[in-house]
Order: sequence, then C-alpha cells, then structure tokens
Amino acid sequence: MPAVSKGDGMRGLAVFISDIRNCKSKEAEIKRINKELANIRSKFKGDKALDGYSKKKYVCKLLFIFLLGHDIDFGHMEAVNLLSSNKYTEKQIGYLFISVLVNSNSELIRLINNAIKNDLASRNPTFMCLALHCIANVGSREMGEAFAADIPRILVAGDSMDSVKQSAALCLLRLYKASPDLVPMGEWTARVVHLLNDQHMGVVTAAVSLITCLCKKNPDDFKTCVSLAVSRLSRIVSSASTDLQDYTYYFVPAPWLSVKLLRLLQCYPPPEDAAVKGRLVECLETVLNKAQEPPKSKKVQHSNAKNAILFETISLIIHYDSEPNLLVRACNQLGQFLQHRETNLRYLALESMCTLASSEFSHEAVKTHIDTVINALKTERDVSVRQRAADLLYAMCDRSNAKQIVSEMLRYLETADYAIREEIVLKVAILAEKYAVDYSWYVDTILNLIRIAGDYVSEEVWYRVLQIVTNRDDVQGYAAKTVFEALQAPACHENMVKVGGYILGEFGNLIAGDPRSSPPVQFSLLHSKFHLCSVATRALLLSTYIKFINLFPETKATIQGVLRAGSQLRNADVELQQRAVEYLTLSSVASTDVLATVLEEMPPFPERESSILAKLKRKKGPGAGSALDDGRRDPSSNDINGGMEPTPSTVSTPSPSADLLGLRAAPPPAAPPASAGAGNLLVDVFDGPAAQPSLGPTPEEAFLSELEPPAPESPMALLADPAPAAEHPRHLAPPAPSGLSESSQSSDRTWVGQRDSDGALPPPPTAGRMYLFYGNKTSVQFQNFSPTVVHPGDLQTHILSGPLAVQTKRVAAQVDGGAQVQQVLNIECLRDFLTPPLLSVRFRYGGAPQALTLKLPVTINKFFQPTEMAAQDFFQRWKQLSLPQQEAQKIFKANHPMDAEVTKAKLLGFGSALLDNVDPNPENFVGAGIIQTKALQVGCLLRLEPNAQAQMYRLTLRTSKEPVSRHLCELLAQQF
Amino acid sequence: MIKFFLMVNKQGQTRLSKYYEHVDINKRTLLETEVIKSCLSRSNEQCSFIEYKDFKLIYRQYAALFIVVGVNDTENEMAIYEFIHNFVEVLDEYFSRVSELDVSFFNTVFHGTWQMHSGPYQTRSCSVTQAGVQRCDHGSLHPGSPGLK
Repeated sequence: MPAVSKGDGMRGLAVFISDIRNCKSKEAEIKRINKELANIRSKFKGDKALDGYSKKKYVCKLLFIFLLGHDIDFGHMEAVNLLSSNKYTEKQIGYLFISVLVNSNSELIRLINNAIKNDLASRNPTFMCLALHCIANVGSREMGEAFAADIPRILVAGDSMDSVKQSAALCLLRLYKASPDLVPMGEWTARVVHLLNDQHMGVVTAAVSLITCLCKKNPDDFKTCVSLAVSRLSRIVSSASTDLQDYTYYFVPAPWLSVKLLRLLQCYPPPEDAAVKGRLVECLETVLNKAQEPPKSKKVQHSNAKNAILFETISLIIHYDSEPNLLVRACNQLGQFLQHRETNLRYLALESMCTLASSEFSHEAVKTHIDTVINALKTERDVSVRQRAADLLYAMCDRSNAKQIVSEMLRYLETADYAIREEIVLKVAILAEKYAVDYSWYVDTILNLIRIAGDYVSEEVWYRVLQIVTNRDDVQGYAAKTVFEALQAPACHENMVKVGGYILGEFGNLIAGDPRSSPPVQFSLLHSKFHLCSVATRALLLSTYIKFINLFPETKATIQGVLRAGSQLRNADVELQQRAVEYLTLSSVASTDVLATVLEEMPPFPERESSILAKLKRKKGPGAGSALDDGRRDPSSNDINGGMEPTPSTVSTPSPSADLLGLRAAPPPAAPPASAGAGNLLVDVFDGPAAQPSLGPTPEEAFLSELEPPAPESPMALLADPAPAAEHPRHLAPPAPSGLSESSQSSDRTWVGQRDSDGALPPPPTAGRMYLFYGNKTSVQFQNFSPTVVHPGDLQTHILSGPLAVQTKRVAAQVDGGAQVQQVLNIECLRDFLTPPLLSVRFRYGGAPQALTLKLPVTINKFFQPTEMAAQDFFQRWKQLSLPQQEAQKIFKANHPMDAEVTKAKLLGFGSALLDNVDPNPENFVGAGIIQTKALQVGCLLRLEPNAQAQMYRLTLRTSKEPVSRHLCELLAQQF
Repeated sequence: MIKFFLMVNKQGQTRLSKYYEHVDINKRTLLETEVIKSCLSRSNEQCSFIEYKDFKLIYRQYAALFIVVGVNDTENEMAIYEFIHNFVEVLDEYFSRVSELDVSFFNTVFHGTWQMHSGPYQTRSCSVTQAGVQRCDHGSLHPGSPGLK
C-alpha cells in the first residue's frame, strides 16, 4: 500500500484502530471507545497547549469514533484550530472533520467561514482547493450566502490555477443546485463560456457541467457556448486516439467530456450559423462512421466508451429532428445493435429507437425492424428488455401494422410479467381503438384482452368499449353476438360479465331472432354468472334485467320472479336491495310506454379525449406517452379515434335510478307554442344570427324555407328553444325576439325544436352538438319516422369525406300523437364549407308519405373562435392578407335600425372577437377570429364601417382562403 | 444527473454511500436494501440497467461487491456504466489491488478524498487515473496506517 506507507503515520491512531478491530464484543468496543474519549477530553482540557500533530491525531480519532456510529459532542474547536495551520495534513484533517460533522453552532460557523475566507484569499492553490471542496461538501445555504459571490470571481480570474478553476466551477455548480437564487448572474457568465476553450481538459469538463446546469434557466446568457462546444467537440472527435494522453480512455479520446458536450448541445436548437452547423453535422457523421470501423481494442471498455458517445450523438440527432439523413443512419446503427450479443446494447438500442419512432423522418426506417423487435419480445430473457421491445412496438404502430402488432402484444400478454400487464393492456386497448379499421376487430381485440388478462383490464378499458359500441350502430349487433358467445365459456372473467351484461341489456334485441340466443337463453346465461359476481357487477346485471323487461316482454315474469326473490329484496347490500325494489315496482306499475321511455337505449356518449390515454400518461409520467398521441403521423384518424367521455357506466353512478334511465340531464322539452296559428306551419328559425337570414329576402339562403311547399296540412313545425341557447352564447347570438313571435304561430301538428349547445364540448372548437326535438302536434301516430342529415352533394349520413362529420343516432320509427322525440347531432367540422347541411325528415302521416328538407343552421361561422389582438398585430395581419382574392367587400343598405349596441351584439354572436381601439374611427367595428376546422385553421379579420347618414354599411373581410372571405361576407351582410 | 452512488456487498452491507440529493437517513437504509435486492435478483444475461421508481439504477458487480449508481432518466446509461469501471480502476491503482476490505476501510477516509470528486460525474472525465495519481501524491492525506489490514 504505497499511499499508506508514504503517510506520516500517526501511531497512536493505528494502535487505537487495531484495538477496536480486536474487540471481541460490542461491550468491549464501547468500553475501549469510552476510555479513548475520556483520554482525548482530558488532553483537550489540559493546561498544556497541544501541538498541531497531537491535535490532528486526536481529531482523527474522534472522526473515526463518529464514523463507527457514536455521537461526538466536543472537539469542534480543535478541528477549527487545525484550519489555520500551515501544514497541509493538519489543515486537511480539519476540513475533513468539519465537512463530516458540520454543526449549526453559530459561533463556530463564523470561525469556519473566517478560515475559509483566508484560504480562498491565500493564493496557495492547494489551500484554495481545500476551502472550495469544503464549501461544496457542506453545500448549505449558509455557506452559499457567505461565498456565492466570491466563487465566480475566482473561477474567471486570469491568474487562477487550473485545479482551482476546476474546483471553483464544481463548487459553484453545487451551490447553484442547492440554492439557485444565491448565485448572482453577471458579466462573469460570458467569461465562463470561454472556459470551454481552456487548455486544461479538467477545467473544460467542469465548465461544461456548470454551463449545462446554468443555461437551463438563462439560455440566452449562454447561447454563445454552442459554437464553442461544437469546435471543442470537433477537436476531440477528430483527434487521434492518443492525442489527449491522460484523457484517453482505452483508445477513446475524452469519452465523458464528449458526452457532456453533446448533452450541452441538446439544451439548444440546431445552430443557425451555417458554418457551425456544418461542422457539427460533420462531427455527428464522424461518430456514426467510427461506429462502423473495426475497434481499436478488443477490450469491452473501449467499445463501451465508444458506444456511450454514439448513444449521446443519436440523442442529439433526435433532439434536432431535422436531418433526415442522420436520423435514418442513426436508425440503421441502432438496428445493428438490436441483434448484438450484449444485452445492455440491445436494451439501449430499443430505448433510443422508441424516440426515433416518433420522428416523421425516421418512422418508416424504424418500422423495417418490426420483425426483430417482435422476436425480441418473444425471446429476450430479460424482462426489462422485453418491456422496451413492447414500448417500441407501441411507438412504431400505425394503421399499416396495427393488426400484427396488436396480435403480438396480446400473445405477449399471456406470459408477460405481472408488474407490466396493466400497462400492456392499456396499450393494446389504445392501439386497437386508434387504428381500428373495422369495429368488429376492435370488439374482438378488447374481448380477447379481457379473456387473457381480465384482472388487469381497468375500468377505463371496458367503459371505453361500451362507449364505442353505444356510439357506433354498425357494430352493435356484432358486439352482442360476440359477447354472447364469450359468456358461454364455463369460466369467464367478471369484466366480461360486466361488458356482456351492459351490451346485451342495450342491444340484446339485435340477436334475439336467433333461437340459440333467444331472450330466455340470454337471460339465463347472464343469470348463471350472477351469484359469482361482486356487488358492483350484480348491480349492473340488475339494470340489465330491467332493460330486458323492456326489450323482451316475454321475460318479464321470470325477471320479476328473480327480483322478488328474498335474496334480492332483502339483500344485505343497500344498493342491490334498492335496485331490486325499485325495478320490481317499476316493472309492475309502469305502462309499456313509460317503460320504453325510461329504459330507452343509452344516447351516444360525448366525444372527449380517451380516458385510457390519460391513464397511460398518468402511469408513465409526462413525456412517456408522447409517441402515442401525436396525430401528425396519422392524419386520417378521425371520429372513432377521437375519444369519448369515459364515465357512462351504469355502475359508476351511485343512484340506481339515474343510470337506469340513461337520460343525462335532458333539456326540458320546449313548451308547445301557445296560440295555434291558422293551420300554418311554424317556420321558426332557430335563434342565431346565422339563422336569421332565413327571414331575410334572399331565398337561397333561407333556412328551412323549403318547408313551405308541403301545404298547410303538413304536420311538421319547428320550434326554437331559446332558453338553452342563452346558456351557450358563444356561437349563438342573443335570442332573437322575432324568432319567438314566429313560434307563436305554430301549428297544432308538429314541431321541431332545436338547440345548439357546443358549449357542452369544451376542448375541440371544431366540434359542436345540436339537439333536435321533433314533436308530433297531431293526435295521430307518425310512422316510419326517419330524420337524416345530409350534406348537399353527399347523401351518406356519416360524411367522413365531406366537410362535416355528423354523428347521429337513429330515433324511434314511431312518434305517437303529442309525443316528442329528441335527437342529438354531434357535428365536427373537418374543413371549411359553404352550404349548410340539410335535415331530411320522412314519415308517414295518416298513410301518406311526407318529406321535409330543412337547412340546418350550421354555417361556417359556428366554428369561429374569437381572437383578441393588439392594434399593431391586427394591422400587420391585415397587410399580410392583401391579395385581391383574400378580400371580400360588400356595400349595402341597412335593413335594420343602425344601433351600435345591436351591431356589437351581432358581431359577437357571429363569433368573432371585437377589437377596441384598433380602427382610428370609433364608429367603425373591427373583429378577428379563427375558423377552426380539423384540417386547417382559417384566420379571419373583419371591418364594418357604418354610414349613418346614408344608412349604408361597408363590410370588408379578409381571410387566408378566398371562398371563406366571400361566404362570410355574404352571411354577415344579411344581418344588418 | 447522478442521484446517489452506492457500494454494497452481497450480504447487503453498505460499504460506501454518497447522496447528491437529500434523502432522509431512515429512508436511505430502506432504499439501499431495496436496491441491493433488485441487483442480486438479476442474472448475468440481464442488462445492467434497472428502472426503479422514477429513476434508473446502473450497476456493475466486482466479485462480491456491487457498485450501484442511481441516475435520473436523462443520463447516458453507457457513460455511467463505464464511469463505474473507471472509478474502480482508480481505486485499484490507489490501493494497488483493491479489495472489499480496502473499500470498507476507505470509507473512513473517503469523505476526505471524495472532495476531489465533489460529485463524481462532474469531474469524472478529468482522467480519473490522473486524479488517482494525484491522490497518491498526497499520500499524507491518508490517516490510516498499515496496521489496519
């Protein structure tokens, strides 16, 4: 032990330590220590002044005793005395003692600080270093307050030795991390950056660490470091393997410094200077090239160090995400590692590739490795590597490979580690939903998921499948059939029973025609599982049973028998008991009609962000889910992949009646119009200004004007529902009084109420919802009643290719006399459009077919989002839109009294923001807004100049799309 | 960023620990037990990186001694992995053939010499070999004596 033999051995200490080691028992050890403590105490208290050597020796002993786990309550003063010694060894032990046993004794702290100050000012580099190390090791706030201002000065002083600069940089870093507010920024920051050019590699390394930390808070102060870092990196990367001598590690020049420099560059965007950028790209290419060269050493240390740099280089390339060529090369390099025999490399390659998959440039390149990754999922022996492989599969999934990936992940799920099953389940559920082309596949996948890993299928997952089935009528029959089959397995998971119960309760009628799944069979199948289930599931099944009574009157007696059984009516669980009692009574007292209304099919769920996605994000923390929710890779994904409200389940609501009814706070039916007009049709035109034009003179814009022809005896009437409109003022103007007076002319036949409530759907401004009420005002039943929404030029209900995506639910084919039917339209604007969609209502009234085609008051301005901006911004944008076709202008005569307040209200109702203090003329109105469609956003600026004398207006619109300008101008001009 | 640096033997005794973030003394013991447990449960075929709570453990085994570094997830795993080896090489040079006993004894003085590192990652690429030699030059800084072994 050369180091030890060189020391000026303290014999007393050595003897003491070997005594301790030789102690046979704990008691003996304590005895020996107490003896020594007494000895030291007497020496320190003695009259004789101790020399430095003895002090050092005793302080060392105390330190040793402390490190053995005993408390030390004296000796601090002696240690502080050692600090002022001129002998290195004594000073060093003093600092050691203080670093280990720092005490909040204020008297002592003052003395210590004084000693440190002296050493910092001593110009002796060794002493300065010791002092700096002590500050860093203690790193307390008090230390920071005392020295944070001095250290930057030492760091950038021209005459500081390299080792002092290095220690000062690290000390400052430590203080900054502990209490950032104490480190003052100033002119020294610029000089710190220049340390990157220092001759001494140790100084450079310390400086890079410091700058990397500081620049996160103040990127602008340090942005000159980018070019310096690039040139330093370039010198290291291009140096021969022996150039850097001490800093070469197994033939790799300065590997850790390279990694740090690459990390620093990741704090900034790609360099703007072409020369710097060129040099950097060259470096990155050199690193990638070196990876292909034969290794200079067979030692694993050599390749490890080389790969550390390589992985950091790839991180930087991914961070820039702008060099397709480098991204693809990085991907290929990682592809080689995927098959490497070193587990560490396979793990890291999978991890890096996961981030590469989210870049548009390398997504395709990553996809080529799908077979290797799937193989890794199957054969890797290390669970953490398999986990990475599963993550990567998830990240590289898109429409083209979804089926393959989902089936592989399902297979993996059967053998996966228990700890990660839930996550895999969530991922499968998300992929299946996001990339579902047909919904039967989606339903199959989720049911498989429940079958394989039912315990790990969280509520969100099975809520979600129910939402999707409820919202998509094309899959309901298939879903009913599939769950019916799945439930026939002798042992099926409780989650399967829940899904099965819900779906059969809603859509069991769709498979009731088949004698193998006739209503009694469905019921007995479900009921056979009943007793094995938890309370929550049983509650859900009870709801299913009452729905069965409505769907299949023939099962009524059986089900009532079940409900009446003592085990239900007197169930210990209050929830079950209440349900049984209420359902039993409901089924006995309510008429068929009431039952049918109460137990109506669930309405579609509102579209929201998928709760599963939210859950996965929660699980993995922010960032982890980033690869999955970016829409750019898959622009074609729409409606279904959007997401819906997660909390519909019957079990999730505590009140049995509320969920049973399945009616969300339904709007109160609009009151039938008071005075019956002269058999005239009510042509009430909704309530927004966009609808108002129908009252205006231009026939082609008149909504619902086609209503006129079917003659006075047509039983349809329309009614506006102004009250809800007031709740959602964003897209609706204040209720127009004229609309109400119109409604009072209502006929006594039928009315259709409408309200527009996109307020219920806060996040996407591209979506809106409309409630339609069809009322039969006659006493005769309407038959074959079927309203459909079409967009001119496209006769399909789901107009996925049209400008609007409209989701509706079928309404009952019969409307009884005096009854009212509600229909909800979910409308999403995919791109801009000019003509409003049409509502075509067909029904038979007294044997004669009736057809009405009405324009829905859905105009492009309904998707306006107001934008506030300053005058300066407004004019700048106004100028940017100066092409002749971007502007539409109209000069027209006022049709209504020119009232500034009314005009303001109309403009706000139109959807734009009103900007004050923009137009120099206060009489004029200026507005701005953005039309939000799924495909694009159209910025709109408008200016309205009233001329009170001439009773004229001039309206100017500028948008980035020509037809939109003209159309908006037409629409708006009719309002005044 | 490095959160902590541990040297633990197979019996679960901590030979050296250095924390760069504040962790309660009681929690440290618990953390160290869990960390060594998860390292011991792994075979040679498994990779040297463990995801543990919200950070990563990077470990290497030298005879009966595990060196474990806890890092946050932005750290370069390979660089830390190799840093561990570099560190061991320095110890080896300092003690000329380092053993676990050296380390446990070294712990006593480590607080002093660790100042050289002031956070290992910070200075680590300052050729640690050189730092090691420097340390040998300051041989006097070692308060122990040959009798200890």
